[in-house]
Amino acid sequence: MKGNEAIANAAIRCGADAFFGYPITPQSEIIETLALLKPWETTGMVVVQAESEVSSINMVYGGAGAGKRVLTTSSSPGIALMQEGISYMAGAEIPGVIVNVQRGGPGLGTIQPSQSDYFQATRGGGNGDYNVIVLAPNSVQEMADFVDLAFELAFKYRNPAMILSDGVIGQMMEKVVLPPFKPRRTEEEVRKECPWATMGRTKDREPNILTSLELKPEVMELRNIHLQEKYQTIRDNEVRYEAQQCDDADYIIVSFGSAARIGEKAVELARAEGIKVGLFRPITLWPFPSKEIAAAAKGKKGILVSEINAGQMIQDVKLAVNGALPVEHFGRLGGIVPDPEEIVNVLKDKLMR
Amino acid sequence: MANDIIAPENLVYKKPELMNDTPMHYCPGCSHGVVHKLVAEVIEEMGMSEKVVGVCPVGCAVFAYRYLDIDWQEAAHGRAPAVATAIKRLWPDRLVFTYQGDGDLACIGACETIHALNRGENLTMIFINNAIYGMTGGQMAPTTLIGQKTATCPYGRDPKIHGYPLNITELASHLEGTCYVTRQSVENVGAIRKAKAAIKKAFTASMEGKGSSLVEIVSTCNSGWKLSPVKANQWMEEHMFEKYVKGDLKNTLDE
Amino acid sequence: MAKFKGAIVVNTDRCKGCQLCIVACPKDVIALAQKKVNVHGYPYVEAARPDDCIGCASCGVVCPDGCITVYKKKMED
Repeated sequence: MKGNEAIANAAIRCGADAFFGYPITPQSEIIETLALLKPWETTGMVVVQAESEVSSINMVYGGAGAGKRVLTTSSSPGIALMQEGISYMAGAEIPGVIVNVQRGGPGLGTIQPSQSDYFQATRGGGNGDYNVIVLAPNSVQEMADFVDLAFELAFKYRNPAMILSDGVIGQMMEKVVLPPFKPRRTEEEVRKECPWATMGRTKDREPNILTSLELKPEVMELRNIHLQEKYQTIRDNEVRYEAQQCDDADYIIVSFGSAARIGEKAVELARAEGIKVGLFRPITLWPFPSKEIAAAAKGKKGILVSEINAGQMIQDVKLAVNGALPVEHFGRLGGIVPDPEEIVNVLKDKLMR
Repeated sequence: MANDIIAPENLVYKKPELMNDTPMHYCPGCSHGVVHKLVAEVIEEMGMSEKVVGVCPVGCAVFAYRYLDIDWQEAAHGRAPAVATAIKRLWPDRLVFTYQGDGDLACIGACETIHALNRGENLTMIFINNAIYGMTGGQMAPTTLIGQKTATCPYGRDPKIHGYPLNITELASHLEGTCYVTRQSVENVGAIRKAKAAIKKAFTASMEGKGSSLVEIVSTCNSGWKLSPVKANQWMEEHMFEKYVKGDLKNTLDE
Repeated sequence: MAKFKGAIVVNTDRCKGCQLCIVACPKDVIALAQKKVNVHGYPYVEAARPDDCIGCASCGVVCPDGCITVYKKKMED
């Protein structure tokens, strides 16, 4: 099935309570699949086509704030519209899952794939000092697997989690093993897992109030410090990555998501020519596997960061290796997906001359 | 003799239990306090104190959550109807309401307001219309009257420059998802009793799955209007009620 | 003939002196406390003519800050 369909099926199977979204290419199959599958008749999952992405994300805020597992999906321009809501979720510590099936920009841009929302996803995206957990799938299988993982991480840390996909993975058809069915949580389970949730104040506790507002600077600083400490805990515990053939390599290609699929092929082509190349694929883009990249890069001759944008993740890679070796970039723009041959040629051109 | 009268068995009025002792930040005489009391009283009378979730706005009522001891979510500016939609869809047996001002509900959140009402979400929107932006210091609201002076229309609202006052409650009454749309006020005991009955009717309808309700409360902002609380009530009666006519604009509940 | 007598208790710390209760009272019972302010710096009201109170609760109902508690008792005479 398509990556987009995998998201929809996985959401139902992992016990999601609701989906709120607004159609936008190239990810409309997600809400269309949900509408066809009618999960409200089986698991009781709510599916609402909202009036905008702004509404969608605020529905996620409301539903997740009430303790439920809620997701929304969109593509780049729609995700841009959601940034206010994501910032409010981060501020009020509301967990929720956002899927971005990226397309090229800026502005209305193109409906073709791109990875140009890396900065937006990994730097918070909205106003204020905050981070969103970002998972980058490179296959239809990971599209399916990351839905539950994103929910688990979001609720574990009371933080928004994003699946940063793109039009390639969203539209690509592959075999996929869907996750096993997991029932939606009962009221008792929600109460236990989310003692902070607004679901009616019972006499045994104080009112639950979800807000990002605090006018006293001393208190607001403490709240920010708390958030920063939480982000550090996430950095310490949740880094995910994959390294292929890096041990004996002279050069490393660093790529995420669909670019890593192409990177795998580039490694194969390069090795066939006798160039020892490995692939390092960050799976969590935030927290970024900085230490792991620095370790993998030790003793290598150079790194090529190949991404489908004008050079975004390269900044994190450069920070990670801190000048220890040359780091070059290759990317195509405007919805063009690079060929593996191009990547090998650029590697030779920029790093081997 | 007063000591003889002041005894629990003679109690006829006190502020509702759900309203805590935190001093409210509202200006002296602000209508918000009265409406807060009414909301709390209705929740108590319906026995829903443990099953209610309120959604507060950005605007003067941004801190409503400090004063009524229920669960609250503070929404981004204008987004309360979207937030409330999700809460109600996911916890259908809860009483869910939004509490919003004119800037929040009728301006920046007009889209969310209209669509939540039109979907017939089983929730109530309490709409405080005082024709001005109170929190930010008295700027023009979508409901500011023609000729009314505010900080951003200091020579009076001129339709050629500022457009016309938006009667969003009238608009809401034409949406198929709404079951009860009414306009009330709280300037005297009679009006307050009627406003309370309206809130109760709306809350009850939402629990019975009848659809969306909008309860507009035409209110004063004596600070923004630069009048005393008593004079502000008079100004409201003389000027606001002509444009914002009180009464039910739609009531499918008594049919 | 039985008649009702009322009494009010004003939470003067909560009162902001908006005077809406003064207007609402049909018996002219309430007035601003002369030259006094509460802990928040607001003038506040008090029952200036408590004997006239009939316990109608109008003051309590209109009070935006929920400052007034009202009692009412049937008096036999």
